[in-house]
Amino acid sequence: MDTAMLSHIWKEVTTARMHIPDGFLSLPVALAFWVISAGLLAIAARRTQQQLGERQIPLMGVMAAFIFAAQMINFPVAGGTSGHLLGGVLAAIMLGPWAGMLVMACVIIVQGLLFQDGGLLVMGANIFNMGLLTAALGSLYHGLAGRQSKGVRLVVAGVLAWLSVIAGALFTALQLGFSGTSPFAIVVPAMLGVHVLIGIGEGLITMAALAFVMQVRPDLVSVEAVRAGGGRSWVVAGLLIALVVAVLSPIASADPDGLERVAIDMGFEEIAAAPPYEVLPDYVVPLLGETPVSTIAAGVLGVLVVAAVAIIVGRLLRQRAAIT
Amino acid sequence: MPIVHEPVTSCEDSFGHPAPDVLALEVQGLHFTYPDGHVALRGISLQVRCGEKVALVGPNGAGKSTLLLHLNGLLNGGQGNIRVMGMPVIAPNLPLIRARVGLVFQNPDDQLFSPTVYEDVAFGPLHMGLPEEEVRRRVAYALTQVGMAQYADRLSYHLSMGEKKRVAIATVLSMHPDILVLDEPSAGLDPRARRGLINLLRALPITMLASTHDMLMVRDLFPRTVIMDEGRIVADGPTEELLEQRDLLEAHGLEKL
Amino acid sequence: MLEGLLDRYLNRASFVHDLDPRVKVVNAFLFILSVVLLPDGAWIAYFLGWCAILAVALLARVGAGFVLRGSLVAFPFALVAITLVFTLPGRPLLTLQLGTWELSASDAGLVRFTSILARSWLSVQAAILLTATTRSPDLLHALRHLRVPGLLVTILSFMIRYLYVLVDETTRLLRARQARSAWSAQGKGGGSLFWRARVAGNMTGQLFLRSLERSDRIYNAMLARGFRSQFVTINPHMMRRRDWVAGGLGICVLLLLQFVAHFVS
Ligand SMILES: Nc1ncnc2c1ncn2[C@@H]1O[C@H](COP(=O)(O)OP(=O)(O)OP(=O)(O)O)[C@@H](O)[C@H]1O
Ligand SMILES: [Mg+2]
Repeated sequence: MDTAMLSHIWKEVTTARMHIPDGFLSLPVALAFWVISAGLLAIAARRTQQQLGERQIPLMGVMAAFIFAAQMINFPVAGGTSGHLLGGVLAAIMLGPWAGMLVMACVIIVQGLLFQDGGLLVMGANIFNMGLLTAALGSLYHGLAGRQSKGVRLVVAGVLAWLSVIAGALFTALQLGFSGTSPFAIVVPAMLGVHVLIGIGEGLITMAALAFVMQVRPDLVSVEAVRAGGGRSWVVAGLLIALVVAVLSPIASADPDGLERVAIDMGFEEIAAAPPYEVLPDYVVPLLGETPVSTIAAGVLGVLVVAAVAIIVGRLLRQRAAIT
Repeated sequence: MPIVHEPVTSCEDSFGHPAPDVLALEVQGLHFTYPDGHVALRGISLQVRCGEKVALVGPNGAGKSTLLLHLNGLLNGGQGNIRVMGMPVIAPNLPLIRARVGLVFQNPDDQLFSPTVYEDVAFGPLHMGLPEEEVRRRVAYALTQVGMAQYADRLSYHLSMGEKKRVAIATVLSMHPDILVLDEPSAGLDPRARRGLINLLRALPITMLASTHDMLMVRDLFPRTVIMDEGRIVADGPTEELLEQRDLLEAHGLEKL
Repeated sequence: MLEGLLDRYLNRASFVHDLDPRVKVVNAFLFILSVVLLPDGAWIAYFLGWCAILAVALLARVGAGFVLRGSLVAFPFALVAITLVFTLPGRPLLTLQLGTWELSASDAGLVRFTSILARSWLSVQAAILLTATTRSPDLLHALRHLRVPGLLVTILSFMIRYLYVLVDETTRLLRARQARSAWSAQGKGGGSLFWRARVAGNMTGQLFLRSLERSDRIYNAMLARGFRSQFVTINPHMMRRRDWVAGGLGICVLLLLQFVAHFVS
């Protein structure tokens, strides 16, 4: 194996780019997510065409190329690992939720189709995890922070970006679990554990990029621009919640104790920690030391993400109700 | 017999006087092929002494930019040796070499990636881990050198081309380099901005290597000229003499003034 | 930087290159579908699938090595599945004592793990063959014919058109940062984590604004030249007889794979 290959592997393991290759998802899971993604994309395409004129076509193409290129921009974190951007939240904030979804879907399609970064049959799942889910979370930004001070807006964007990586990792883990590719008890805490940390890089870059645009071209991210772009964010959020619940509930029923077991079943913990964490020595220490407590924390995070999204959406809906 | 130089730390001797007999830059037999198989450099050898101001000219695609990127270790992997201030340009030395060689890119938009002028000029010193007041001192010094001291808080995004060029130079001056390497410094400037830039470069007391297509600037500013074509050095000598040789110039896509 | 990653198309004159892109897209997709449907441990079928890949690679004159090298990209993901070896119940093959924990590799786990790897590896090679033999405009054209929504395809064409431009621009930005990333003679530099993240974010913001402006310029240039919301390729794309034959042959191979996997041995 040459160095280019090794560095590719290293990069793949240490970034938020969790492109699933073909063969790792079972056919029912892969097809189910193709259907979900295709449906959402069809809605997004119609919405975008209604809201935005013909002018938006080159804009979205260039923006998709921008996200692809921006994913190359990295910064050293520690021990040879680096932070990268995934970009879903940023795209949704800058372009609005529907256009953001289309743009992110295009990025993942091109990565899979042209560069074999992610499979073809599992592309629906990849589009969902890294594109639709992240853009949907980004769309909450307008409702939550549109009228707040600059600092609050940045923090909201950063937290959403962080959550988006975790949510993507959660869904990736669940899909792998459902496909029988990796036991839930291992893949869920392992993916969450790694991405809770990797997501910090996403949050930081998203905040900084947004701050840059606010400083240089405040007109692009003003309240007016936001209002024009982010009309129906609650629909997206509702869909998101429904999906999270729809996917999580079968686990809970199929598996007696559901997600809690993941955390409690200590018999698997050590095994869970072994393969991914040997590659990430820097990540072992802060989160998964020897103590069972830290591992439970990782397992419970899945539940926390869902709770956080629910709270955010709840607040958002209340705000909407107050306005109308 | 080759002259062996002890590694030196700067172009100034221990008394702070210029040390003109020291080799600032030494390139030997440099070959380079891009990953797509295109051969860009075919055996470049070049020496630049402290205090020299050297112009690098030649047609489009001659390999000028490729050579300049090597001086900073941004491109590597071909045959040949490069030494900067006696230090070989190899991976372990790169963090130190990059402070020695101030590389100014042709397009200032590439160089300026921070929101404000100040932050951009501070990038190099901050990355070097210098204490804050030293960083401030260096930024002020660099901006003054390029005559942009009042622009510190401006957004680089909104500057004119000429202003961006000056700031781009300041971003490397703040690192106190020994050699300033410029890729087409006068390209895209209007006559006044160009004149201002030439005066600025002339006044900078620093070793300089600049690639350019601007033969007027070469005559005004650089006592020595190196002509490149198809990845080779085809002439190297005093500017006055080279600029007289019409045949040589025309053979390599240049025009006699 | 990404040099090796760009340009996966291999320009060769071959029967496979010459096929209608629709046939190649559909066959690649069906091949992957069929491979994923193969049961665990169907070694003969996996082997036949690999023979099919090799045959197409030879026919396309891209070389088995090219395909093989590219197919390693799926390797990191194997980490996810390797745990199966130790968690699936089955006859223990090997037991490792790790402190107080006992890891035991089971035969069932090993079979499942290798089967997943084999299927993934075959699928990736099929995708590589598709891109190595089909230019991206032709790929998009095929997608359009295959009823992928026009808006999406048009956005994709713009994206691919400007991908290399922006990747280039990013590479230059990264280079400019690298050129100034020096250490002082006294010791290490590098700045704080937050500062480094902020620099990366600034670069992202720069790139965003420039892309935005570029898209405006592009739109104006398009209007000036009478663009009508579609990129056209020079290739006419009509299904000829050999396209039908090749497509049909591909499907027969897939059926054979399934047959071998389910009924032989
Ligand atoms: N990234 C690259 N990949 C492949 N070939 C390249 C790359 N960059 C440059 N080249 C080729 O290398 C040769 C030298 O290019 P270089 O940019 O060094 O020329 P130059 O002398 O700076 O020209 P110019 O005056 O146009 O700036 C050219 O033929 C160019 O096409
Ligand atoms: Mg050049």
